[in-house]
Amino acid sequence: MAALSDFRLLRPASAAEAVRLRGEYPASRFIAGGTDLLPNMRRGLVTADAVIDLGRIAELSELRVVDDRLHIGAGVTLATLAADPVARARLPALAQAAAAVAGPTHRAAATLGGNLCLDTRCMYYNQSEPWRDAIDNCMKIAGDTCRVATKSPRCWAAFSGDVAPALLVLGAEVQILGPQGMRNLPLSEFYRDDGMAWLSLAPGELLLSVRVPLADGWLSAYEKLQIRGAIDFPLTGVAVALRRTGDLIGELRIACTGVSSRPELIGGLDALAGKTLDDAALSGIDRQIRRGTQPMETTVISVAYRRRATPVLAKRLAKRLWAASA
Amino acid sequence: MKSILRLSVNGKPREDAVADNTLLIDYLRDALGLTGTKQGCDGGECGACTVLVDSRPRLACSTLAHSVAGSEIETIEGLSHAGNLSRLQRAFHEHLGTQCGFCTPGMIMAAEALLRSNPHPQRAQIKAALAGNLCRCTGYVKIIESVAAASATTELSA
Repeated sequence: MAALSDFRLLRPASAAEAVRLRGEYPASRFIAGGTDLLPNMRRGLVTADAVIDLGRIAELSELRVVDDRLHIGAGVTLATLAADPVARARLPALAQAAAAVAGPTHRAAATLGGNLCLDTRCMYYNQSEPWRDAIDNCMKIAGDTCRVATKSPRCWAAFSGDVAPALLVLGAEVQILGPQGMRNLPLSEFYRDDGMAWLSLAPGELLLSVRVPLADGWLSAYEKLQIRGAIDFPLTGVAVALRRTGDLIGELRIACTGVSSRPELIGGLDALAGKTLDDAALSGIDRQIRRGTQPMETTVISVAYRRRATPVLAKRLAKRLWAASA
Repeated sequence: MKSILRLSVNGKPREDAVADNTLLIDYLRDALGLTGTKQGCDGGECGACTVLVDSRPRLACSTLAHSVAGSEIETIEGLSHAGNLSRLQRAFHEHLGTQCGFCTPGMIMAAEALLRSNPHPQRAQIKAALAGNLCRCTGYVKIIESVAAASATTELSA
């Protein structure tokens, strides 16, 4: 891979200082674990004249329970999150998703914030510069068409973070610091369905933390399909959260990753409340997932397989949680 | 742009002028001559460049040198003491955990991190800890056996 281009490394000690530096260097990038950003920079996918290292900012590493919510700083590593006793006991989908990212060496460095802000991926984009040049590039980098859907006006690169769908079904909220101050946002509003602009972060804003409600009565799980048992990004990933009321579904939430340009919270599942998880309910889950996701040819594994496998994963998890809650 | 990097490598404190965009692997191999740390895929996918940063495994090819300032870095060169192999090195030698040898330093450093936090891991835990390290000779069985053998011995040196 190519050497890193020349840049200045800045190491602020506070989030406020990081945001100030980001304003001072408009062509800068934040870096946390660097496991995705550095390879992308070396492939020429990302350029920056200054890199702002978030590793020294203590407030980003906070992980504690506050008012019946788990507060997780954006700089908490995925290894820490996967091993956290509160996450494992009360938010299993979150701990499982954190443990499912890449390999153990990545997780020791990679952070929650990095995984939530992960660049969208596509087999026409995550390539070396000569490879991309040979096909005249794509609209996400230096080209003008989407190689996956050549007549489409938009980019279809897939969001491939494992943790976002888990946090979506758990009802998480994000805290963002920007030049105008602090704001909170439901995680579902943090994402946009656009492979080139998949985050609703304004220029200069920094993801500070995530807050996840520790509500009673919920069971949750995350599972992904990948080519190998480790290291790989999800071909498709599904998080399910279930609250059972007696013999009936109280509430069921499903979110998918790897099959759209944003992690997708599946709509239309409210109709299942008050019903039992029978074949009709499982068909409903199948239908809503096919309606709510749009896998494209962003990976070497076929669209048809990912389209069929996503509801299979979701139904398997839903059945497992249903049985566990009986 | 260069600035002073202060850290410790294999127990020795260092102070070097290092460019801001230097990767940890290039600092170790090119500036310090510690070529035991291997450059494999060079993109964070194979684990050959695994080193320990404060006893935790890190990919040196996907880490900026300055981002580990103040830390204790350990490479494969730091494991043997006074000419004696460490228990993992000896076990890899005796149980044929090494074939071509290219993945071995990364495998041993990842296994070293495991044994420090979990001295007697089960087979599944060994596999999980080495899940980020690829062996293109596909000698995984012997590698796992080597780590298991090392965990059954007590460290004589160090």
